[in-house]
Amino acid sequence: MVSVRGLNKWFGPLHVLKDIDLTVAAGEVVVVVGPSGSGKSTLCRCLNRLETAGQGSVEIDGEPLPAEGRALARLRADVGMVFQSFNLFGHKTVLDNITLGPTRVRRVARPEARQQAMTLLERVGIADKANHHPAQLSGGQQQRAAIARALAMQPKVLLFDEPTSALDPEMVNEVLDVMVSLAAEGMTMIVVTHEMGFARRAADRVVFMDDGRIVESGAPDDFFAAPQTERARDFLSKILQH
Amino acid sequence: MDALTAHLSEFGHGLVTTVELTVVTTVGAMLLGIVVATLRIAPVPLLRAIGTAYVEVFQNLPLLALLVLFVFALPTIGITFPLFTSAAIVIAVYEGAYLAEAIRAGINTVGVGQAEAARAIGLTFGQSLRHVILPQGLRAVIQPIGNICIALLMNTSLAAAVGVVELTQAANTVNLVEAQPIAVFTGAGLAYMLLALIIGQVTGLLERRLAIVR
Repeated sequence: MVSVRGLNKWFGPLHVLKDIDLTVAAGEVVVVVGPSGSGKSTLCRCLNRLETAGQGSVEIDGEPLPAEGRALARLRADVGMVFQSFNLFGHKTVLDNITLGPTRVRRVARPEARQQAMTLLERVGIADKANHHPAQLSGGQQQRAAIARALAMQPKVLLFDEPTSALDPEMVNEVLDVMVSLAAEGMTMIVVTHEMGFARRAADRVVFMDDGRIVESGAPDDFFAAPQTERARDFLSKILQH
Repeated sequence: MDALTAHLSEFGHGLVTTVELTVVTTVGAMLLGIVVATLRIAPVPLLRAIGTAYVEVFQNLPLLALLVLFVFALPTIGITFPLFTSAAIVIAVYEGAYLAEAIRAGINTVGVGQAEAARAIGLTFGQSLRHVILPQGLRAVIQPIGNICIALLMNTSLAAAVGVVELTQAANTVNLVEAQPIAVFTGAGLAYMLLALIIGQVTGLLERRLAIVR
């Protein structure tokens, strides 16, 4: 579903992604972990070209990412993205946030789009907030609305860029629960996160990044029980000791 | 006072022309302002350059000079418009440069995340602008836009210099007959003030009505 070959990315002189190769099959849930600055968010953002790759190729469902313009917009519609800071449209109600993409990009009729949006809001448990503005919602509710917005496009793959990092601890689980149920339903997901519990529960594969490289990749049980590399052992010992 | 009451119809015509000129020009300048502000943030360097050039040219020339140039120079190369149309075009083009900068400031208040989220659901640049960026950016600068509209109203009096009989020109004509400058120009001044107050009220109303829930 997603195929990354020889991806390199520079921010000025800073080499942030180094020879990344990653293949994600349909229905697979890949969790990307690693220390801050290891390039995991940048990798995630390269997958729908919010960042442009310096070198290498990204293919979604067999199609190379178009450089720009309408073709890129069309492809992005198939790649859902959930951001760390939610990025709900502040001037629109939750319902209008969700229907904007389907009505403008997919040309779905408004009543139908609203109906679908309500179904999605029920699914993420905030149907009662449909007519509220984002600022009137808690962080966890905003993030669930943002997931509903991404789902409304019926994406082939969902990208999560640290979806719970900006949330109060007590709101993390309500978002993770939604993500776990999506994973269980067979959604193809690439999740950048520090939530190791989610990786254990929902991931088919854990990818560990450090210093712009994919250092290790394996099943979550193997990765957490017996990391192959010194760097991964060191990382896990630091975050799992509490 | 007699000088005013005796010439109510001249003042009335002048006032109507000023209001017409202001309304037409404001609409034109807003459209131009949105287009030019959009050019200035476009992903294509050439478009950005065009937007910048527009602003730098029209913001940095005196309106009176532009009016005179347009009305007296263009006919020498065979291009002529009615006086009112000429004045409206020039003032709209000139104020459009100021509005473009105010609108660009508004666009800059909208977080990068909003544009990224818009692109991520597959909206094109134009759609993101129309449905996500401009609605929020414009709301942020309603007050400065109102100020520019008031300046625009005042600037319509320069149209008198190229023969449009708007409020200032009407007052001038009446004064030539009555020779009572204090009464005549105070009267005209109060009319401008009233119009400016109305613009200010509308601005405040829009700002309250369109406030984004934060």
